[in-house]
Amino acid sequence: MTAVPVPHRVVARRPETADTVTLRFEPVGRALPDFLPGQFAMVHSFGRGEIPVSVSSVQATGGLAHTVRSVGAVSEGLCAARVGDVVGIRGPYGTSWRAEQARGRDVVIVAGGIGFAPLRPLILGVLAEPAAHGQVNVLIGARTPSDLIARAEVASWATAFTGVTVDQPEPDWRGDVGVVTQLLGRARFEPETTTAFVCGPEPMIRATARELAHRGVPREHIQVSLERNMRCATGHCGHCQLGGLLVCRAGPVVDWASAEPLLSVREL
Amino acid sequence: MPPSIALRMNHALPPEYRERLLRVGREATFAQGARLFEEGGHANRFWIVRSGTVALDMHVPGRRPPVVETLGIGDLVGWSWLYEPFVWQLGAVAVTPLQAYELDAVAVRLMCLDDPGFGRAVEHWVGRVLAHRLNAARARLVDLYGIYETKEER
Repeated sequence: MTAVPVPHRVVARRPETADTVTLRFEPVGRALPDFLPGQFAMVHSFGRGEIPVSVSSVQATGGLAHTVRSVGAVSEGLCAARVGDVVGIRGPYGTSWRAEQARGRDVVIVAGGIGFAPLRPLILGVLAEPAAHGQVNVLIGARTPSDLIARAEVASWATAFTGVTVDQPEPDWRGDVGVVTQLLGRARFEPETTTAFVCGPEPMIRATARELAHRGVPREHIQVSLERNMRCATGHCGHCQLGGLLVCRAGPVVDWASAEPLLSVREL
Repeated sequence: MPPSIALRMNHALPPEYRERLLRVGREATFAQGARLFEEGGHANRFWIVRSGTVALDMHVPGRRPPVVETLGIGDLVGWSWLYEPFVWQLGAVAVTPLQAYELDAVAVRLMCLDDPGFGRAVEHWVGRVLAHRLNAARARLVDLYGIYETKEER
């Protein structure tokens, strides 16, 4: 881990949607320590600033990549980066998905919007070891079909159930329409022996985790990734504080038993 | 009980009421693309999905009906049969081959009038389904995947 951005060159750029791209990086000089799925980096667009971005691919499996949606000045700069451009990256920061917790259990992975990106390396890891897991379910929600990331890749995954739903269908959409929690009714899992991973907007996380817990998935087996306003990423500035939790250090991945009381407090 | 499971007839109604309800039902199948009902039509039946998916759609002049929501296994298809003027507020079409219990709405309404306890249970069940769908629709109106997904400054 470093507090100084380390120069990385964009070696591949893949547009995912109209406002989202996946950038693959290689270090210009020295390399950063290996990231784990779920961890994040502070990615610096020179002249604009830096933002926290979870990894959508890690060095150990396919190289370091970030999927960035253009929603502000910095992410707009990153999305505009071309192959050969250099950005600064520092990290890895935060906690990772505890994939080992899911070994020997059914798996439910629920992604909302750009929350799919941090889950992607976890999903690939789980699918790479089918014998180590029970039934694997992947549920994805997005605003529109055009906002779905990696549709072809998702369709190729060998899962017990893969469900995709959108809030606003487009004319050629033949899939589900509605909130992502409605897909849980079709997923195949035994709640008591299931580990779940959830990432997306916090209201979606809350609704999904509650539904999973109601169904009987143990709260300590529901892992969620929280998004807060990370600045220093090292637990010093306090911008990402959520109750007694510094999300950049104790998160972003926490279990629902820890997150539930915090996400239930108004204006926290 | 999980909110979505509590909405299902199997969980929402006591066994005695459930059996009475199913006595006025029959098994029905629909081919992919078959329409269950049209918006504005007389609501004299309703369905509980056993397998497959149903899309609820809305009539928009000059356009293919946009899909508002999809329903799956265990879901109730149709609530307009319970409330006057008994007119479908949306249309419904089978997105996949569909198996469902089809129930005679007129018979169920008469049963509700005849037995207030049964009537309250059915109204409570359908009311909860309505409330759940209203909440889901409101959540989608908020556009969670848009405005709430970033804390980055513009």
